[in-house]
Amino acid sequence: MRELTYVEATLEALDSAMARDPSIFVVGEGIGERGGNFNTTVGLYEKYGPERLCDTPISERGFVGMCAGAAMTGTRPVVDFMFLDFILDAFGELVNQIAKMQYMSSGRLKMPILLRGAIGIGHSAATHHSGSYYPIFAHLPGFRVVVPAIPSDAKGLFATALQSDDPVLFLEHKSLLFNRGDVPEGDYTIPFGQARIAREGSDCTLVAIGSMVDKSVSVCDKLAEDGISAEVIDPRTIAPLDMATVLESVNKTGRLIIVDETFQPCGVGAEIAAQVIDQGFDDLDAPIRRLNGAHVPTPYSPPLELAIVPESDDIEQCVRDLLAE
Amino acid sequence: MAQSEQLLSLYKQMLIIRYTEEQLARSHQMGLIHGACHTYVGEEAIATGVCAHLRPDDAVFSTHRGHGHALAKGVSPREVVAELFGRATGCSQGRGGSMHLFKPEVGMMGTSGIVGPCILQAAGAGYSFKLLKTDQVGVAFFGDGAVNNGAFHEGLNLASIWKLPTLFICENNLYATEVPFSYSSGNPHVGNRGPAYGIESLTVDGNDVLAVYEAAEEAVQRARGGEGPTLIECRTYRTRAHAEGMRDAGYRTQEEVEEWKERDPITRYNEWLLENEEAGTETLAAIEAEVKEMVADAEEFGRNSPWPEPETVSEHVFNQR
Repeated sequence: MRELTYVEATLEALDSAMARDPSIFVVGEGIGERGGNFNTTVGLYEKYGPERLCDTPISERGFVGMCAGAAMTGTRPVVDFMFLDFILDAFGELVNQIAKMQYMSSGRLKMPILLRGAIGIGHSAATHHSGSYYPIFAHLPGFRVVVPAIPSDAKGLFATALQSDDPVLFLEHKSLLFNRGDVPEGDYTIPFGQARIAREGSDCTLVAIGSMVDKSVSVCDKLAEDGISAEVIDPRTIAPLDMATVLESVNKTGRLIIVDETFQPCGVGAEIAAQVIDQGFDDLDAPIRRLNGAHVPTPYSPPLELAIVPESDDIEQCVRDLLAE
Repeated sequence: MAQSEQLLSLYKQMLIIRYTEEQLARSHQMGLIHGACHTYVGEEAIATGVCAHLRPDDAVFSTHRGHGHALAKGVSPREVVAELFGRATGCSQGRGGSMHLFKPEVGMMGTSGIVGPCILQAAGAGYSFKLLKTDQVGVAFFGDGAVNNGAFHEGLNLASIWKLPTLFICENNLYATEVPFSYSSGNPHVGNRGPAYGIESLTVDGNDVLAVYEAAEEAVQRARGGEGPTLIECRTYRTRAHAEGMRDAGYRTQEEVEEWKERDPITRYNEWLLENEEAGTETLAAIEAEVKEMVADAEEFGRNSPWPEPETVSEHVFNQR
């Protein structure tokens, strides 16, 4: 199979969908001729022109609200935020309008809007270019929240997002964007709410999100040399969340760690833990552990930045400690 | 200039709004309306004059004071009353109430409890129509309270740079809830703000249905013809409280209210029709009787309609195909 980067994989899905469906258009800063800060739209402007690859002023609330109106009237906007942090200027449009529109209109309106942006800590991006925010969106009724970890998933989930009649947040960790991986040719979709078992194992379950998936798999490969068999689950979508796969795994392993770069309080790990306690309490042989980024804004200096993200050593130690319980 | 038939239809439309809202005010006092009810009494000429030029496939985005826009865009009094009564037969099946009236089938894309977003959404409808190469238009109705909100600035600029087929209709009723526009705005005019964004703009007497009608006609033609957006400031006044049941004092004088009641758009238009011999008293009385009956029927329909089933409460959070 040929290899593509994560970004090239989403670009392939976008190009194919735009060729088929003339109602899809992309807005964002520098996504026209320039092809996007992260190369998310390279080559599309030449094919589809300025109305479908629409460069915007720095007017996030404006173009998000505008795209809500477009989605209500027969087109399928893709909003490319570059850095997801910029979405916050449009938070009211997202929460009060986009997420609620289908409900308010008793299903008479659809809201086919795809909101994409780079998330995550790294490269000394500092605190206005490092946020992930997905627990906030997953908390609210009305959003689909997608956090792919590998290129082939990125393509299939992006294709699904482009067909969705619900608002989708498609969040791409910066450290993954130029990772290469096998990506099938041709069109395919991956349904939302279907986790991927990234590594099979029987002693302990790790639910890892986004950039934590590959990191956790590497740690578990290393632990296998010591006879430890750990399973890594990549939920792929935070909303909907595939709890069935998590519960099945915990039933097998009896132990659960959630590894997530975003904040611990009221986070995805808290939700997964609560649901496992509700529905799989008797399967647990040890307390549930959570490994998260520190509950602070993202610092700039490399040693400070490194100190707030769960690293491979932290994951390894957590697994060893939990198995000793 | 509108033709005779059109002239009478403007009169009828204003009465549908007025009588429906007077009924809603009574129903509110009787406890039949469970949430907020912001009436449009005194401002009927604006929705009527603008929507007279719109087709069902043109898209209207409105505000919290939106009963008039919904009715003028073709939502029936029955569906509006039933929605405010919280019934399953309401235009939003009881999920919305006064501030969330939707009927996309006739281009009513929603009233809103948040001031400002309708401006952006109407620009978005304009973007869709431009991309799909139709001659539809998007229309935003909003009050003076919206024009110092960022959505106004961003929306007008986006509509300008992409020449979107959009109408921005500002209903300047002088108060944002109870805060005077003269206090809250460094520039006391809305109709002269267009040039700041490179778009056409003008001010009209919002209590003169024919003035609104003519201004909107030109703006709609411009939009359909690909010549871009227009901002129209309609100077008007709401003669009832901000919302039904609210204390209407401490921010404006009774004299001011009475002065504006003298300029009531329906009374003025009635007189104009008679003076210009466009209609006789009997014709106008017949229209009044017909609308009264329509509204009585709507009230009865709302009152006798079923409640939504509680089991359906989670439906429509997501698309259900």
